[in-house]
This record gives sequence, C-alpha cells and structure tokens, in this order.
Amino acid sequence: MTTHASALATTSAASLAEPPARFHDLIASEWIKMRSLRSTPWALAFITLFVIGSGAVATLADKAAGSEPGSFLAYDAFPSTGYMTLMLVAGSMGALTVVSEYSSGLIRTTTVAVPARGAVVLAKAVVTAVLWTAVGTAASIGSFLVSQAILDGHDASVPITHSDVFRPLVASALLAPVCALVGLGLGVLLRHAAGTMLTSVFTLLMLPTMFSESNRWSADVKHTMVSAAWTRLVQTWEPDPGSLGYTATLPGSWIVYALWPLVAVALAVLVVRRRDV
Amino acid sequence: MIAAHGPMTGRGPPGRVVHVIEVNELTKRYDGKTAVDQLSFTVRPGQVTGFLGPNGAGKSTTLRMILGLEAPTSGTATVSAVPFRSHARGLRHVGALLDAGQVHGGRTATAHLSALARSNGISPRRVDEVLYEVGLTDAANRRIGGFSLGMKQRLGVATALLGDPPVLMFDEPVNGMDPEGVLWMRRLFQRLAAEGRTVFLSSHLMSEMENTADQLVVIGRGRLIAAESVRDFAARSTGLGVVVGTRQAAELTTVLTAAGASVEPEGSAGAEKLAVTGLPTDRIAALAFENGILLNELTSRTASLEEAFMELTADSVEYQAGQPR
Repeated sequence: MTTHASALATTSAASLAEPPARFHDLIASEWIKMRSLRSTPWALAFITLFVIGSGAVATLADKAAGSEPGSFLAYDAFPSTGYMTLMLVAGSMGALTVVSEYSSGLIRTTTVAVPARGAVVLAKAVVTAVLWTAVGTAASIGSFLVSQAILDGHDASVPITHSDVFRPLVASALLAPVCALVGLGLGVLLRHAAGTMLTSVFTLLMLPTMFSESNRWSADVKHTMVSAAWTRLVQTWEPDPGSLGYTATLPGSWIVYALWPLVAVALAVLVVRRRDV
Repeated sequence: MIAAHGPMTGRGPPGRVVHVIEVNELTKRYDGKTAVDQLSFTVRPGQVTGFLGPNGAGKSTTLRMILGLEAPTSGTATVSAVPFRSHARGLRHVGALLDAGQVHGGRTATAHLSALARSNGISPRRVDEVLYEVGLTDAANRRIGGFSLGMKQRLGVATALLGDPPVLMFDEPVNGMDPEGVLWMRRLFQRLAAEGRTVFLSSHLMSEMENTADQLVVIGRGRLIAAESVRDFAARSTGLGVVVGTRQAAELTTVLTAAGASVEPEGSAGAEKLAVTGLPTDRIAALAFENGILLNELTSRTASLEEAFMELTADSVEYQAGQPR
C-alpha cells in the first residue's frame, strides 16, 4: 500500500516534529484577527470618547457642585448613560469576536487550524479581556480627569489619589471587560448574531431594571446583576441607615463582577468542546 | 507516537507514518435522518482521489467528520492513523478547503493567512509564499469581501497549503473558477500528489474527476457505491451501444428487433435516431443494407465516466427535478 508513496508521504517520526503548541501563539493569532478589522479602532475610539463626553456633560449639569460633601464629587465622572452605553458596546463587540466567525463559517477554518477548540475560546477571552480593560481604563480615567477639570473651575475637584476615587475608577474600568467576556461567552453558546445581541443586551441592561431594591428577594436578584454591582461600586457614600431600600454589599458586588465572566467563559469552553462545529 | 496495530491502521514500517485517510463504518444521523451510512474507504498517498456523489450524498458531512468538526454517530475516521481532533494544531497535518466562503470579508488576504499561520507557529514568510503560489500576491492587501469566488477559492487553497501538510482535502474546489483557474488547480492537485501527498477532492461533477483523479470514491445517499480506479469505474458502465440515424426508423426497428437487439427511439421526429444495444455496428449496417434501409448515422458509443456515474447514482439522487408529464 505504500508503493506510490514517495519520501514525503512516509515521513519519519523525527521529521514530523513540529514546534510545540504554544498558547501565546493563539493569543497572537487572535490579536491579529482583532486588529485587522477596520471597525475595531473606530468602535473603540468612539465608545471611549462617548464615555468621557457623557462624564463631562453630567459634571457640567451638576449645579450643586461645590456645595455638597466631597465624597459626591467623584461620582459626577461616572454617569450611567455613558457606562450603560459602554456595557452595550463591550457586550456586543465581545459577542462579535465569536459570532462573526460562526456566521461567516470562519470558525470551521479556525477549528481545522486549531482542533483544540477550548484553547481558541480562551485565547479570544484573553485578547478580549486585555483590550477592553485598556479601553475601560482609558474611558474611566479620561472621564474622571475631564470631570475634575470642570469641577476645578468651581474649586470643587478631588485629586485622583483621594480615597473615594480609586474604587469607582477601578470598577468603571473593569465594567467593559466584564461585559465583553459575558458577550463572548453568550456568543459561543448561541452562535446566532441577532439572538446573541438581544440576549446580551437583555441580560446586561434590561433584566436588572425588572427588579427593585424595595423588597428583599427582588433586591437579592438585582444585586446579582453586573449593572447593579457597578452602580454599588461607584457609589462613594455609605447607604443611609434609615433607608427602606436594600443595598448590595461591596464584597458581594466584586464577586458578581468576577463570577459573570468566569461562568460565561467556562460554559463556553465546555460547550464548544462537545458540540459539532 | 502510538504503536502500530495491524496492517490497516495507516502505519508502514516501524517509526514511519503513512499518510492515509481511513474511514471505517462511519455513520452520521441528524434527527433520525441518516446523512452518512456505514461508510468505509481508504485514501492513499501519491495519487489524487476523487470523492464523488450527487448533491446531498453526504460528501461534505464525511469531510467534516474526517476533520473532527462533527462527531460521528458511530464509526471512526483517522488521518495518518490518528483522529484529526487529537492534534493540538492542525495545519501541519492536514490542509483543507471546505468552503471558500469561510473567511471574514473585512480582513485582507494577508491578515487572514497571518492569523492562521501564527496560531500554528508558522513563519509569516510562508504567508507570502502561499499567496505567490496561488497567484494572489497582487491582491494580498485587499479585503477578502471584494474577492470573486474564484479568488476566494485560491485563498482557500493557500490556506490549505500553509502548513505544507502531507494530507490535503478540498470540497468542490473548482466551483466558480474560470477555465484557466480550473486548469491551474488540476495541475496543482496532480503536482501535490506527485510529491507524495494524499490528495482527496470532492465534486459532484464527474467530468472534472475524469481529468484529474486517479482513484474514485463514489457515494450516494451516504452509502459507498464504488471505490476503485477511474478506469475501472468507467468500464462499469453498461450503457454501451450504437446510435443509428435513419428516416426509416420503424422499418429498421422491426428488422433489428427480429435480429435480437433492443431498440430505443431517440432524437426528434424527422431526424429520428435509434439507440441500439445487443448488436455490433457491422451487423446493423449489414441488416440495413439487406433490407434496403438508408442509414445517415452509425455511431458506436464509448462509456464516459459521466454515464457510469449517472447510472450508478441514479437510485441515490437526493433531490431530483420533477419528471415532465
């Protein structure tokens, strides 16, 4: 049966040796895919500027600046309009990194090149996390600095080193990668472009608004949501002890931040290995 | 490397891998519908093997199972003696073109290939090489979305060649190619086989295989119909016969039938032809002469691969146009 086979067909085990399968090559590969799309830099620049702009607008609208307690001042930089939009864009673009491969069929080309499917999803997750952390950091530091520059005019600014500033800054920077990874996980699970977009917008943005903080169970559900966790983490004042509402705890909110992307990516890795491509 | 087991595990002498594709009792069912049914065949190196079948016969499903994209319901498929999915990186083992559309239209050809090359630790220099090889050097930095189908097919071939693999699989590669492109591709397949590689090529067009393949695997409705050389396959056609043209069709039919031939009318009124089987041309000519019948055509039919294919797969065509009534 080897009569036709030339030197190439029967390769000795030694000459078949290939470089070891390195995970950082997969990360580099996914980074090439990410940066080679013309839409990527535009979308990232747009959303960063939008978040910074919304921080500026919210600060300009703060008529009380200068008369309220200092701890409120950092809050001006983190208006929900800007950050809701950031959640929307990060969630959708995170989903697109996989959904675009499924809808074009590129996923099959990718899977033939890298049969280790779970590793591909993880590499995408690493690139997505790093990219969106950078965007989130630029947006949150940017919106804070612009907001403070405006408040400075009222002699009401707080320095970035202020103890009340650090947590909102970090929580706002991490909001983007959290949402992008949730979108990526949903993209692998659902594969369908429109379905994934709707589900990610629904779970990240709409679902939390269904629940209120005025009764216990409803508040408990709400506090497991990403947007509620962000709201709590950027809130620099302590909850009013006399308030009738239930407030989320800070450690609980950080845990919500960690669990959503972890569960989404873990499920994605599990499912992608078992399912036909 | 795994130890050899038996003669058909795709292993030759100890320590050497023979790059065969081996499909064994492969079955795939989707929701009760059987797409591939206990299919077994072997594709060997050093020759071009055609994978033929009507649309919907299960060719693409089989290729996807060989590549580990889909899990078989039962049975196995191995490449070079191991399931393809067991490799952490695939491009150095198998090069495949499944569907030229499986690319992102927003990337350039270079970016697309660079990402794939990098994932397998292949040097960026190789990207330029394969682009040159398929004639896309000038289009290297254009976005794939603007490519014609023929250019996308070339890009797909470039993808398959990227890892310089010993086994290559192409699903309907000549779709959308111009005649010059078809010729180029045919030569490429033959050259790859001559280099000792295993080349497995699917098509629903028999005529394409006739000019390209050495061996054939023919399937219909997911089942194996034939696995043999192209020459043997063509010889299987039973549709041989003689075409006779005459204005006295009715008389000739009577005479030939009386002589033991079976006669089927063909052609249109006024230019009638008869398809005759069971008598050689010289007997037909003699009978016509003896009975004073003028023949204006007497052609011996040779079996074409196309006819052999049509005949063998006639029962297994999945989607057939309605018969005119």
